[in-house]
Amino acid sequence: MEALIKKRINQVLKGDQNAFGEIVELYKDKVFQLCFRMLGNRHEAEDLAQEAFVRAFVNIHSFKINMKFSTWLYRIATNLCIDRLRKKKPDYHLDAEVAGTEGLNMYSQIASDTLKPEEEVASLELQESIQAEITKLPEKYRSVIVLKYIEELSLKEISDILDLPVGTVKTRIHRGREALRKQLRHF
Amino acid sequence: MNCHEDIIEYMHDYLDEDITSEHQEILRSHLQTCSECREYFHEMKKAVALVQSTSHIKAPDDFTARVMAQLPKEKKQVGAKRWFKQHPLLTAASLFIVLMTGSVFSTYNEDQQFSVSKQPNLIVEGETVIVPEGKTVEGDIIVQNGDIRIEGQVDGDVTVINGQQYMAAAGNVTGQIEEIDQAFEWLWFKIKHTVKSIVYPEAGEKSGEEN
Repeated sequence: MEALIKKRINQVLKGDQNAFGEIVELYKDKVFQLCFRMLGNRHEAEDLAQEAFVRAFVNIHSFKINMKFSTWLYRIATNLCIDRLRKKKPDYHLDAEVAGTEGLNMYSQIASDTLKPEEEVASLELQESIQAEITKLPEKYRSVIVLKYIEELSLKEISDILDLPVGTVKTRIHRGREALRKQLRHF
Repeated sequence: MNCHEDIIEYMHDYLDEDITSEHQEILRSHLQTCSECREYFHEMKKAVALVQSTSHIKAPDDFTARVMAQLPKEKKQVGAKRWFKQHPLLTAASLFIVLMTGSVFSTYNEDQQFSVSKQPNLIVEGETVIVPEGKTVEGDIIVQNGDIRIEGQVDGDVTVINGQQYMAAAGNVTGQIEEIDQAFEWLWFKIKHTVKSIVYPEAGEKSGEEN
């Protein structure tokens, strides 16, 4: 896998854009998933996942060939998501009750555009609720939790992606898990 | 939470799959006796399982096409390379012109000294070449960085580069007389001359130059 990717990268470096198309095919689901779990919004996730690939293409010459490509790519995607989350500090909280209603918060106001109809399963509602809980996590815990439990990466890889010491990653996973435990205990 | 923070730490280590067998033993025996911790541990494992259960979603079908459409146009460098590959003849021609111009200019710089075509009957005084009265020079004369005074007869062309020609009343030139002052005229002359010597090699050989 990595050998194939490296071959494709060399082709891209020589100016072959089509070789990059193959790289996108291989990683699109992972990157899209990462962005979706980070942002909790399908439309924004698509935007940022595409942006991540475009940036990877533009900066492909700065990719060090002895590095793992996925690590580098996830780093670009994660940083884009974190930037986006920091920029749009929500001016209204999703948890806040809508004025004049009782027990009705902003979640119920959002059109459920997060999953395609063909993916509709019995557990759809549960899935959405879990995603909502992930979205509630502070950004620094959310990124480690998503990388660990959704992308199933090792602590070492997460530390490479976020450019943080393994110890810090560990602490953040612990805090994130504590937060999730409190949020999800009544599910 | 009343229990030791140690136990919770062991729970995290366990979930990270990074627990020593010693700590695992402590955790196991503690969980058997403490229901509160057992509940806590269960909640934590459930939270992880729920997060992991979120079905793996896929990128939209047109994702790759849309990324490719957003890529910047291929770099000019690559485009130029491809152009060269597709037009080998034009590439060769332009390369020829570049090298040609370069070599001609370098000869121009070398030729800043006085020089004159070697012909019999020519007299050189300082930087002035004299065709003496009553004598005939057969062949072309090229004078560089000097003047020429023609008092006799020249059966051929006279070319003066960066100099002047004076024609005496008795002087006679059967061919053309040309004065060249500027680099570009000189360049044009040089190219004409080179082409001539390629087309008619024997004419070029006849007028051997001397610095």
